[in-house]
Amino acid sequence: MMDAAMLKEIGEIVLRMLVIFTALFTGVGYMTLVERKVSAWMQDRIGPNRVGPAGLLQPLADGLKHLMKEDITPPGAHRAIFIMAPVLVLIPAVASFAVIPIAGEGFNLQDLGLPWDWTFLPYIADVEVGLLILLGLASLEVYGVVLAGWSSGSKYPAMGALRSTAQMISYELALGLAILPVILTTGSLRLQTIVEYQGGTWFGFLPQWNVFIHPFGCLFLLISIFAETKRLPFDLPEAEPELVAGYHTEYSAMKFVMFYMGEYSAMIANSALMATLFFGGWQVPGLDLPQPWMFLVQALAFATKTFFFLFLFVWVRWTLPRFRYDQLMDLGWKVLLELAFINLLIVAALVAAGVM
Amino acid sequence: MSLETLLASFATVMALVSALLVVWQRSAVVSALFLVLNLGSVAILFLTLGGEFLAAVQVIVYAGAIMVLFLFVIMLLNPAPPKQRFASGPVVTGLTFGLGVVFVAALVRGVMSLAGSGQEMSAVGPGYGSTRSIGELLFTDYLYPFELTGVLLLVAMVGAVVLARRQHHEEV
Repeated sequence: MMDAAMLKEIGEIVLRMLVIFTALFTGVGYMTLVERKVSAWMQDRIGPNRVGPAGLLQPLADGLKHLMKEDITPPGAHRAIFIMAPVLVLIPAVASFAVIPIAGEGFNLQDLGLPWDWTFLPYIADVEVGLLILLGLASLEVYGVVLAGWSSGSKYPAMGALRSTAQMISYELALGLAILPVILTTGSLRLQTIVEYQGGTWFGFLPQWNVFIHPFGCLFLLISIFAETKRLPFDLPEAEPELVAGYHTEYSAMKFVMFYMGEYSAMIANSALMATLFFGGWQVPGLDLPQPWMFLVQALAFATKTFFFLFLFVWVRWTLPRFRYDQLMDLGWKVLLELAFINLLIVAALVAAGVM
Repeated sequence: MSLETLLASFATVMALVSALLVVWQRSAVVSALFLVLNLGSVAILFLTLGGEFLAAVQVIVYAGAIMVLFLFVIMLLNPAPPKQRFASGPVVTGLTFGLGVVFVAALVRGVMSLAGSGQEMSAVGPGYGSTRSIGELLFTDYLYPFELTGVLLLVAMVGAVVLARRQHHEEV
């Protein structure tokens, strides 16, 4: 039978999941609006402003529209896999949020004046190999894309799927090598430990973030995640002049939206990863407040850092032209991989010499 | 029954069923997908045994890299499904049956030796299966096998490059 302690534990987990995933999905919805607003702003247009005050209800209207559209499965499609593919795109991206810490220490719900004696922890799961879990989930994201392209039974999606597989496998290597120096200096794969390691300041003003120790690793990771999320300048899998819409050409209605939700979730997850590994995660130097305020400010700091990278994604998309496919492969295999490897060797030598 | 036992039983059943479906499917792509499911179930089994690192590496290397390449190649070649589910004939049947008997015998023998030895299983210490302990083992007791595996992979890689280049030259 379930006793009070077990009930409490389950309650805490469900509450954490509710809060974090609600925040994530709200973020996903509003990122589409941010993208449209920022692109409008960069192109000297107004952007969506009809639904709600200043267009703020636009994501809701979009969702509703897609829910009501006709859901088409093309006759040449492999039905079961065709339906499964969008789910496989969305799940790994969303699941990565289970291990990302959003604040330093949990707080008790009684601090908020609520009657329950529950602790709200800053992560859904505290995993010793959190970083590896993140990499594993990122590597599973390919399946949704590949299967979408293959099961559509049509040529453009198949081309898009082949391109994206090659691209994601190529850049995964550089991504892993870019992260390794951080693990070397921190000595842990646990994300909370990595963030805690970045506390404090140098000379009283410069925060001890990994970006100042590993500027190259940070740069390589940034380039790799642009390729991993298939965003411009690396969006060859869905290059519209060549492939219509790439791997999701044949999808309509809510399944089509799930690809977009997957893309934006992956963007948010990767931005959060950048913030966590190189920009101190939830760390705010010199902050000391009573709980729950400490928690809220740290979570806000983490959200701000994540949003900075999300903005960067949008900014780059509407600024740079697209690469050619051979340029993309050359950059991945002939430049980025080697540079990341040299960077790793140098950091390893410095760690072995006791300098870092 | 604890939550972990429940999870382990679930993963075991999943692993067995998906392994059967790998050989039962006619479509190569669907087969490959069931193999991914099988690898995932084994990763869960590693997790329930406390091998967090092994579980993560299982997912990254096998499910995330090797199986993606498998799928990639299957889709590029797009093989037609075979007319028959299994190859037949006296030689094949006899060989399969013989190998099956040997395998089951080896398995039973292994399990029996564990159960009947009267040896008490020692509890694992803290940190068993952690990234640190696996790394230490790899770079101390198993250094030579580890390095040799690396050389083997390098040889395979160089071989692939040589083969690809030769074909390229002949075409030109």
